[in-house]
Order: sequence, then structure tokens, then C-alpha cells
Amino acid sequence: MVVKLYGQVTAACPQRVVLCFLEKEIEFEIVHVDLDTLEQKKPEHLLRQPFGQVPAIEDGDFKLFESRAIARYYATRYADQGTNLLGKFLEHRAIVDQWADVETHYFNVLAFPIVLNLVIKPRLGEECDVVLVEELKAKLGVVLDIYENRLASNRFLAGDEFTMADLTHMPAMGYLMRTDVNQMVKARVNMNRWWEEITARPAWKKLMKMAGFEA
Amino acid sequence: MVLTIYAPLFASSKRAVVTLVEKGVEFESVNVDLLKGEQRQPEYIAIQPFGKIPVLVDGDYKIFESRAIMRYIAEKYRSQGPDLLGKTIEERGQVEQWLDVEATSYHPPLLALTLNIVFAPLMGFPADEKVIKESEEKLGEVLDVYEAQLSKNEYLAGDFVSLADLAHLPFTEYLVGAIGKAYMIKDRKHVSAWWDKISNRAAWKEVSEKYALPV
Repeated sequence: MVVKLYGQVTAACPQRVVLCFLEKEIEFEIVHVDLDTLEQKKPEHLLRQPFGQVPAIEDGDFKLFESRAIARYYATRYADQGTNLLGKFLEHRAIVDQWADVETHYFNVLAFPIVLNLVIKPRLGEECDVVLVEELKAKLGVVLDIYENRLASNRFLAGDEFTMADLTHMPAMGYLMRTDVNQMVKARVNMNRWWEEITARPAWKKLMKMAGFEA
Repeated sequence: MVLTIYAPLFASSKRAVVTLVEKGVEFESVNVDLLKGEQRQPEYIAIQPFGKIPVLVDGDYKIFESRAIMRYIAEKYRSQGPDLLGKTIEERGQVEQWLDVEATSYHPPLLALTLNIVFAPLMGFPADEKVIKESEEKLGEVLDVYEAQLSKNEYLAGDFVSLADLAHLPFTEYLVGAIGKAYMIKDRKHVSAWWDKISNRAAWKEVSEKYALPV
């Protein structure tokens, strides 16, 4: 019996889980929850995710939501299979957790409203808050400088190997790189090197194909 | 060599401090005065490049992000004190889920209330009434979901206290105290019972008293 992932493969948070499944070589099935028609707010989905968000998973009787928690669970449960996403020993794992949490608290808080204004609002015919976007980009620049410094002496965020810390950034970064924010990344040597390397991974390429983004 | 935690008087650090106390781990603390901007000094930036608190230093090992620190302590000292991670991988999955809910849904509106109501007058910046109103609404919606969850389970992740519950302590203390919105907790029967249970734990009472911010 295969794990069911409720969500949309073009949405960032479900992508985080799909990427984890692909890296860990875990079979899965996507059950489409249509965000354009607000299916995630309907009673049927609220039973799976009471905050009305995606993704959620159902694995037999086991249910879970919050994309990062789902990714951590599968990375732990399938520790011996596929890419090791959580580090080899406790101190390393904690640094993986540290940089994964940095994604939530420093990166996503800026990336999400930027993507909302530059990508999603235009699609819905809504006006982009240009002033807000400039403010957010200025703050993002400060954060990216810290990442740049980190990646100057580390191949990946948590050290020598690709881990959850890098993976968790990829969905939102993927969207940001489709906006003029890509200049901010390209202008930073180490961030650019890191982004090129992690997007060359087969799991990412497969995800992009599934989401209809790359040929 | 003894563990050192930085800025114990401030709420984010208290997530880590209460975990240390619950697990009976010896530690020292170093004060960092956020009201005076000490976290922006070069000596502090050298250990936490984003200039945020807390940081835990364990000999040569440094880790930041309060929830990453909580996970590290809970794992490292698994065999002593209460098991805050659950007994199985599935229980841990639930702990991670509710820890992430705290980080992504509960904390942001509550932080906005804390900054605008408690710290604005202290630090001389104007409170944003619109943000206060929207944050209270958002937090109320989240607490409604908690009310449903806690009517089925004694604690957030199940019938055992975990990191997910502890993560809520420091800022919720502001909510029922200095923010002056205790009704948000008290008016919800199951949330109120849960709050009474977790805030009366010996470890939290010790942390709350010993590391009270003198304001």
C-alpha cells in the first residue's frame, strides 16, 4: 500500500514532500487537491488538515500534515534507503535541523510574500504590492549574505553533504528564481554554485518535470 | 564542560531553557540584552550570524534556532527525564507536526502581538493597531483548531507531553500576562485545561521565575 500525498504538485509545500519521496526512493501517489477552487478549505480536506492547507499524507492508518514534519518523518523511517537527509550522527543532525529551521524563520517569511506578490497575485488578476516587494527584497539580501558566507566554507548548508536543510529551501527557491530575484542569487558566487549543484540532482529534475516546468 | 545558553530572559530562549530543565541537564547562561541591541554586537554575531537568540554552546559545538536546540537536547538526553519525542517514529512524527504548527501558524501572529503590545512601549516604536487586530483574529482561528485537537488528546501530539507543548510556553505566557488577552486561552475549555497543565509543570514554573525579564 502506497502513501497518499494530498496536494498539488505545482504548490511549494507539497513539492517539499515529493522531493523527499524522490530522494528517498519512496513510492507515492498524489491525490490532487485543487487550490484554485479552494478545495483545501472544504470539509473533506479539513478532516485531513484542520488548518485548511496542503499537504497532508495518509499512509495506511497513519496521517500527518506540515510538509517539513512529513519530510522529517519519512527521512527517519527510511533512514537506510536513498539519500541520507538527516546527517550521520546527532551533532550533525542538529545542524541539519538548525538550517532547516532557518528556512522556516528567516527565508520563507520573506520568500513566501515575494512569490505571492510577483507570481500568484498576477495569475489571479490581483495587484502586486510593489513597495512591499522592494522592502522584502532588501531584507532578503541581508539574509542571502549570511547564506553566502555560510556556503563559502561549506559545500551544502549543513556541511559536506546534501541534506534536508538544502532540500527544504528548494521549492520556494524554485519560484523565486523565476522572478527578478534570480539576480540576487546569481550575484552571489557561492549561492549560485550551491543552487546549480542542487538543481542538477535527478530528484529535482524529476519534480520539475512532474510539475510541468522543464522540458 | 557545561552547556551554555544565551539570552535566557527572552521568550525564544526559554523554549530551550525549559527543555534543559525538564531533562535535568546542568547548564550555565549568559545574558544578552535585546533591549540594548546586544545581539547585534560583533561578538554575538560571531556565534549567531542572523543576530537572533538563542544559541547553545557545548564546548566547540554551537547550535542556534530554539526548536533545533530543543530537538538536540531531547535526543541527546533521551534516557533521562520525560521522553519529549514520543516512543515510536510515528509518535515523533506527530510531535514534529505540532512543533511545525507552532512555528508556522501559532508563533507568527503571537509574535506580532508581543512586539506591538509588550515591546513597542519599551522600545519606543509605534504599535500597529491594524496588525494587532489581524493577529488576534489569526491566532483565534489557530486556537479554534487547537481546541478541537485538545478535546481528543490530552496533549498536542497525543497522551504524552512533548516538545510540541513546551514550545508554546514562553510566548503564551506573554499572551495571558503582559499582552492582556488571557481570555483567548481561558474561553476555550480544552485549550485552557491544557495550558493549566503545561504551565504548572515544575520545570516551567522554575524557568518562569528564575529567568523573568525585569520589565
